[in-house]
Amino acid sequence: MGKTSLLRMVCGLAPIESGNIYWNGIPIHSQRESYRQDLCYLGHLNALQESMTVNENLSFSAALGGVAPSPVQTQEVLARFGVGGRGQQLARHLSQGQKRRVALARLALSQARLWVLDEPFVAMDEAGVTMLADLIAGHLSQGGVAVLTSHQQVDIGSVPAQLLELRA
Amino acid sequence: MRALPLKPQGLASVMLAVLRREVSLAMRQKGEVLTPLVFFVVIASLFPLGVGPESALLLRMAPGVLWVSALLAAMLSLQRLFATDYADGSLEQMALSPTPLGLLVAAKALSHFLLSGLPLVLMAPVLGLQFGLDSRALGILMLSLLLGTPTLSLVGSIGAALTLGVRGAGVLLSLLILPLYIPVLIFGAGAVEADAAGLGAGGHLSLLAALLVLSLFFAPLATTAALRISLE
Repeated sequence: MGKTSLLRMVCGLAPIESGNIYWNGIPIHSQRESYRQDLCYLGHLNALQESMTVNENLSFSAALGGVAPSPVQTQEVLARFGVGGRGQQLARHLSQGQKRRVALARLALSQARLWVLDEPFVAMDEAGVTMLADLIAGHLSQGGVAVLTSHQQVDIGSVPAQLLELRA
Repeated sequence: MRALPLKPQGLASVMLAVLRREVSLAMRQKGEVLTPLVFFVVIASLFPLGVGPESALLLRMAPGVLWVSALLAAMLSLQRLFATDYADGSLEQMALSPTPLGLLVAAKALSHFLLSGLPLVLMAPVLGLQFGLDSRALGILMLSLLLGTPTLSLVGSIGAALTLGVRGAGVLLSLLILPLYIPVLIFGAGAVEADAAGLGAGGHLSLLAALLVLSLFFAPLATTAALRISLE
């Protein structure tokens, strides 16, 4: 079983062959809506609509998460992710790395406690990796949970992490 | 670093966000709105050329021809309803949204009606004049299209969801959906004819409205189920 399929099962996108996935002690399939309230998923795909600007993309995905960030908040978050000043650009004019950063910026605009991240460090430069690791560490230190897959070992601060080595 | 105090959004405003996104995307790709409309005009205009200029015959055929053309035109843009969102991952995000997917799907179907159904409704009287329909018949034609095209969008969304990611989706979509469009076609085209025959269009229009209510309730559920299967 692949990493991506595992994460998609954790999100409830793919069916589980056997067993159960619990969140707060309740199987996720019997509390779909409250589970989705707590979940933020970032897959291989950036979920950016190419013909919309970065700002529009971010406010739309925030709306899907049930929140409405102010323009100032969106701008702050973009700046933090190193893509400040790109807000008015169409997503199709961004480079691969910039798109990834915009996609990751969604995490900062989400209220979710559980982050499910599929290869978040791919296509990131060193500064990006550090920034993302800090972001995850901050999330964990505030009582959040993150499930992520990665090819490389990334140091996420002093927060204890559970490491699972998967071999195909 | 963290937690921004974010303003929560209600269900209605999330649906509105979906609607606004679809409409603003369509405004940026005007061709996608215009293609079905031009298609509608061309198809409906081909008939008088094909069957000859005999006005009694054209008058008799008009409601049926206009309705079939509208049906085909509405199908044209269906395939794209979920395709780009599926390809770029937005659909996954919608499926994982705390807002029920059925509501998001309903908003998408509504946007499809606004962008492809409503222009047809507004264009129909112009084409009806070509066929020599009088103003009363034109009114009933528009009303029947206004009640029927939202049903086409709603039922069509089921097909669009079922054929996501399938090769040759366009043809498959027509094969799946056109049979389901038959009741709408019969009552839609029948409304004008019934009125011309002196029977009154009320019955037909009521049935169209009933079909709309029925599909408004069931189509988003079916579409949601189909989308979840496509996303697996």
